[in-house]
Amino acid sequence: MATFSESDSRRVVATAGVVVSGWAVAPDPAGAADEAARLGFPVAAKLCGPEIAHKTERGLVHLGLTSVAEVEAAATELLAAATPGDGDVELLVSTMVSGNRELIAGLVRDESFGPCVMLGIGGVLAEAVADVAFRLTPLDRGDAHDLIASLRTQALLGTFRGEPAVDREALADTLCALGSLAHDQTIRSVDLNPLIISDGRPIAVDALVELADAT
Amino acid sequence: MSLDLTPLFEPRGVIVTGVSSHPGKFGFVTLHNILTCGFEGPVFAIGREAGTVLDQPVLASVDDVPAEVADLLVICTPVSVNEQILVSAAAKGVKAVFVAAGGYSESGPEGIAAEARLASLAARLGLVLAGPNGQGVVSTPVGLCAQIVAPYPPRGRIGVASQSGNLVSALLNMAEQTGIGVSRSVSAGNAASTSLIDYLEWLADDPETDVALCYIEGLPDGRAFFERVRHVSAEIPVVVIKGGATSGGQRAAASHTGSLASDDRIFTGMARQAGLLRASTIEAAFDAAATFATQPLPQGENVVVLTTAGGWGVIAADAVTAHPDLTLGALSDNLFASIDEMLPPRWSRNNPVDLAGGETRETIPDLLHLVAGHPDVDSIIQLGLGIQGNTAALTRNGPFYPDHGLERIVDFHERQENLYATAAAEASTANSKPILVASELATARPDNPLVTAVRDSGRLCYNSADRAVAALGHVVRYAAWRRGRT
Repeated sequence: MATFSESDSRRVVATAGVVVSGWAVAPDPAGAADEAARLGFPVAAKLCGPEIAHKTERGLVHLGLTSVAEVEAAATELLAAATPGDGDVELLVSTMVSGNRELIAGLVRDESFGPCVMLGIGGVLAEAVADVAFRLTPLDRGDAHDLIASLRTQALLGTFRGEPAVDREALADTLCALGSLAHDQTIRSVDLNPLIISDGRPIAVDALVELADAT
Repeated sequence: MSLDLTPLFEPRGVIVTGVSSHPGKFGFVTLHNILTCGFEGPVFAIGREAGTVLDQPVLASVDDVPAEVADLLVICTPVSVNEQILVSAAAKGVKAVFVAAGGYSESGPEGIAAEARLASLAARLGLVLAGPNGQGVVSTPVGLCAQIVAPYPPRGRIGVASQSGNLVSALLNMAEQTGIGVSRSVSAGNAASTSLIDYLEWLADDPETDVALCYIEGLPDGRAFFERVRHVSAEIPVVVIKGGATSGGQRAAASHTGSLASDDRIFTGMARQAGLLRASTIEAAFDAAATFATQPLPQGENVVVLTTAGGWGVIAADAVTAHPDLTLGALSDNLFASIDEMLPPRWSRNNPVDLAGGETRETIPDLLHLVAGHPDVDSIIQLGLGIQGNTAALTRNGPFYPDHGLERIVDFHERQENLYATAAAEASTANSKPILVASELATARPDNPLVTAVRDSGRLCYNSADRAVAALGHVVRYAAWRRGRT
């Protein structure tokens, strides 16, 4: 299944209005280190390319890098891990976003109901909690708020471990932005996983756009 | 512009094919049911054996029926002859056909082809085609029971449309049991031409119908259903039972109607957006539909629970509090003061308003009117009635009755139950607020005078506080959804 690289995916969702973590791409370790210094530490470094969809499983994500030297070392390792099947690759450096809560959000196309926006509780317990809800596009703000309200784990959206409550307007913005991508028939699905709640506001720290089969 | 199903639900006359003298055959049963339930238009029986069936002359062919007297044709004949029957019927001015007969798409490749031919022929002839492989159609305003099964429900305001015939029967049985009647019912069968959404759209404009109650198993084009059903919801509430919510149910649905399942959570989201009221069981769905059919729409989410004794109130308080669409609000100061003036000091001084037992006289009706009239109260659940009626029943059926001076007290208890039920209905109507009376006696002792009086008032006596709360939740949610759209 064809996908955009993370960098292209980030461009698509950011253009639609999703807030994504600060990021840049670079062709080589020195460039990656420069970008990291510009973004500010700590950063994450990832290997990025259209054929790479499961970065974490393959160890292609290095988190919490705090210096130029660490970024260069990680970047060198990432490039070395690239396989011929990965095609053209680049290095993606992004700001580490801090927050105790993770959501997942996305756009899917159901065979019967067509495009739908999805929102769920993310993080390590996501599968066990299985708290996910959908709304059909087009999504108006009322639908977006109702979608947020239909998660069962509402306590997680309130004030939590010293962090403010989730900014529901900002989260509704993200959901409406995802919904607006339904018009683009070249997009099969969008996955924002995770969407970290930082100081109450949702920030996508990864994005994957899956492309519709060319017909 | 929705499909005009008037000839299906309000035909001038009806033709039944496949009538034989065998009382077990679909044709015989359908004819019997039409002749039994009060349909006043002409009825024509078509069959291969000449003579009479159920005192009705059996005609050899639809060609023998006079022109322009029958709008509806009910087909109980095998696949091979039905296309010719359609052609003959159209020539006689028939407008709608219900194909009860099976042997179509449910039975394999040949049946699929036959069904496609039937549908395209009906379209060419300008006929509404319902079914095939459906259980039939019921329309109480015209006394029509054109179905292969029982029961024939009492007349009422609920319109039933279903992708399963047996579930129509289940819902009609509940209508019969509770007295909350049905306007129209139809099973879509294989839905070759006319599908669930066509029925729902027609029900939305039907002056006899206040609420639609439907069973959905699969939606081949869920998006189109969504786009259309949200307009139905804007007209009348649509209560939905959805089969195949789990993987086990989805496997069962695939073998029942061949439905392929979407993620049930997508259906849930669609239902919310479209204002559909999704109930988790058929009992809850019927309760919800019965509430829409018999109670006014509330203005808000604030519920007051009235009870004659504590336990019921506590259970109801839990159910209201746990319900995401309902609020168990505190009593307003001036309402509190008025209640305090009316009741002995042992009352609960809180919502639930608990009379703490012992009230047998006019306190309950007075309290109902008082609370219903307060602007902060949107709806009421009344519990703990029927006790006096139950006591009366034990006394009346015991060995000491009618001697020992028991008659007056039995009469009094029975009269009071009647008074309570009447007060609940009157206070509800006068203030245009839902007042739901719940008691397990609704099924435990359906002859209890409270239960019969609630029924006589045209309302549902809910089986439990929990069921009343669940039903009220749907009504409150729908009212809020409608307000949100304007």
